[in-house]
Amino acid sequence: MEWESVIGLEVHVSLSTKSKLFSGSASAFGAEPNTQANIFDLALPGTLPVFNAEALRMAVRFGLAIGAEIGKQSVFDRKNYFYPDLPKGYQITQLDFPTVGKGSLSVTLEDGTEKVIGVTRAHIEENAGKSLHEEFNEFSGIDLNRAGEPLLEIVSEPEITNAKEAVAYLKKLHSIVRYLDISDAIMAQGSMRCDVNVSIRPKNTTELGTRTEIKNINSFRFVEKAIYSEIRRQQEVIEDGGKIIQETRRYDSNKDITTPMRSKEVANDYRYFPEPDLLPIVIDDEYIAEIRAELPELPDAKKERFSKEYSLSNYDAGVLTATREMAEYFEEVAKGCGDPKLAANWVTGDLSALLNKNDLDISDSSIQAERLGNLLSRILDNTISGRIAKMVFETMIDDNDSVDSIIAKKGLKQVTDSGAIEKLVDEVIANNPDQVQQLKEGKDQVIGFLVGQAMRLSQGKANPGQVNQLLREKIMS
Amino acid sequence: MALDKSEVEKIAQLARLHISEADADEVASRITDILALIDQMQSINTETIEPMAHPLDVTQRLRVDTATEKDRRNELQTLAPAAQDGLYLVPKVIE
Repeated sequence: MEWESVIGLEVHVSLSTKSKLFSGSASAFGAEPNTQANIFDLALPGTLPVFNAEALRMAVRFGLAIGAEIGKQSVFDRKNYFYPDLPKGYQITQLDFPTVGKGSLSVTLEDGTEKVIGVTRAHIEENAGKSLHEEFNEFSGIDLNRAGEPLLEIVSEPEITNAKEAVAYLKKLHSIVRYLDISDAIMAQGSMRCDVNVSIRPKNTTELGTRTEIKNINSFRFVEKAIYSEIRRQQEVIEDGGKIIQETRRYDSNKDITTPMRSKEVANDYRYFPEPDLLPIVIDDEYIAEIRAELPELPDAKKERFSKEYSLSNYDAGVLTATREMAEYFEEVAKGCGDPKLAANWVTGDLSALLNKNDLDISDSSIQAERLGNLLSRILDNTISGRIAKMVFETMIDDNDSVDSIIAKKGLKQVTDSGAIEKLVDEVIANNPDQVQQLKEGKDQVIGFLVGQAMRLSQGKANPGQVNQLLREKIMS
Repeated sequence: MALDKSEVEKIAQLARLHISEADADEVASRITDILALIDQMQSINTETIEPMAHPLDVTQRLRVDTATEKDRRNELQTLAPAAQDGLYLVPKVIE
């Protein structure tokens, strides 16, 4: 039987506020255990939550960026459960009246088409602490630095149909929250986490199958692999005559399988109720308009502008706007050299290859945008050829000297002196009588070979255009 | 709506409360009384009344996003039964 899958994602994004959601404790990443956990975060009796204005602003920013309805009145609720890294015994979250309602975002699929995926809601909630089970024998160690940090939980509609789409959606969310500067969204550090709901059903039917939830996946690649693996498992279970049980599973990346998390003795019953320690949050149109006015240019708009303003292909514009840093870098290079197409080729080509090879972000590149712009300017003004530029580029990785000094000290300046070129051309004609004859007889593609010979003789420094022209003049006359 | 003993046990388990066998019946009957009051309240017609999230007709004040708390780990960890390497220790829990 042919199957189709239905996938929904719950993505937790850690909001990059300076302090926690309901307390004045710092919320920096990587601090010594419990140095950012104070009386409210430890749930000492008598402490009360005070809501962080910036967390609200960030949530609204996100909502506006995905065209969502903004909750004019949002309400916090208590979700009750017991776990040592949740000292209060409840998590403060939003159930019925989230700050961000229905919205959507558009993803580019592999075949280049766009698909709109709905976002059901995004609500503000607090994070739990961290439990360490390994090192303390019969004890678990609890670090509450993370407890109370602000999260935005973004819930998608079950409109994703395969693993690749799920990753595209996740990458788009990643891109948007980074453009908005509301989260680092670094999956490896947990500032972006993903729970995946997966079910399958016979192709072209409408009734949803029983779903399982895979919790806490921490990389784009594992999201993709976990979905493949879970779909495979569900198919096998059903085709063997079994039934899918609604349960929470985890993805084991070493074995590439999902396994059930031990089900709790008593089914979860979170007994939600409105948080009596917090009042409803009311925002007005003026507040929303103010935030809307501050929104930066977002990936989709930037992509469209890039393809129009710089005449880039849809693909290049997509790659160059995937991150804000990449887009800013490209624009600086393009302005620096004045040739956007050339800038796009270098940024998506040599530079991206270099960054990938060394696993670097573009902001950590040893070749800054200004220097790459200078390099490209030297191609455009014929100081060096494109091939020599690649050599200079290689040198620039470890040599912080200016582009012009590198060209000068390596003696790479293009030979445009007509006397020198004439000497080269004469030598090539003398050494390759057969090819010269072929060219005379009209076998035009031989010119490429002859130019190549001249370039080799000049160690790449001759201006290929000039060589080409002079060769033709001399042979054809 | 009446609550029986097994429901009391389930709720007690969720709330991590220990209720002895001997007390269970009495607790069940007291909660049943409370539920009777709620039943009475639910018989009131509230169709035209807006639900409210809080009895006070005021809205939340917001806090400026600055880290105002200092690190008081050493002092706070003296309150805990056990701590080591900066971590609070609790009986082992593994999900």
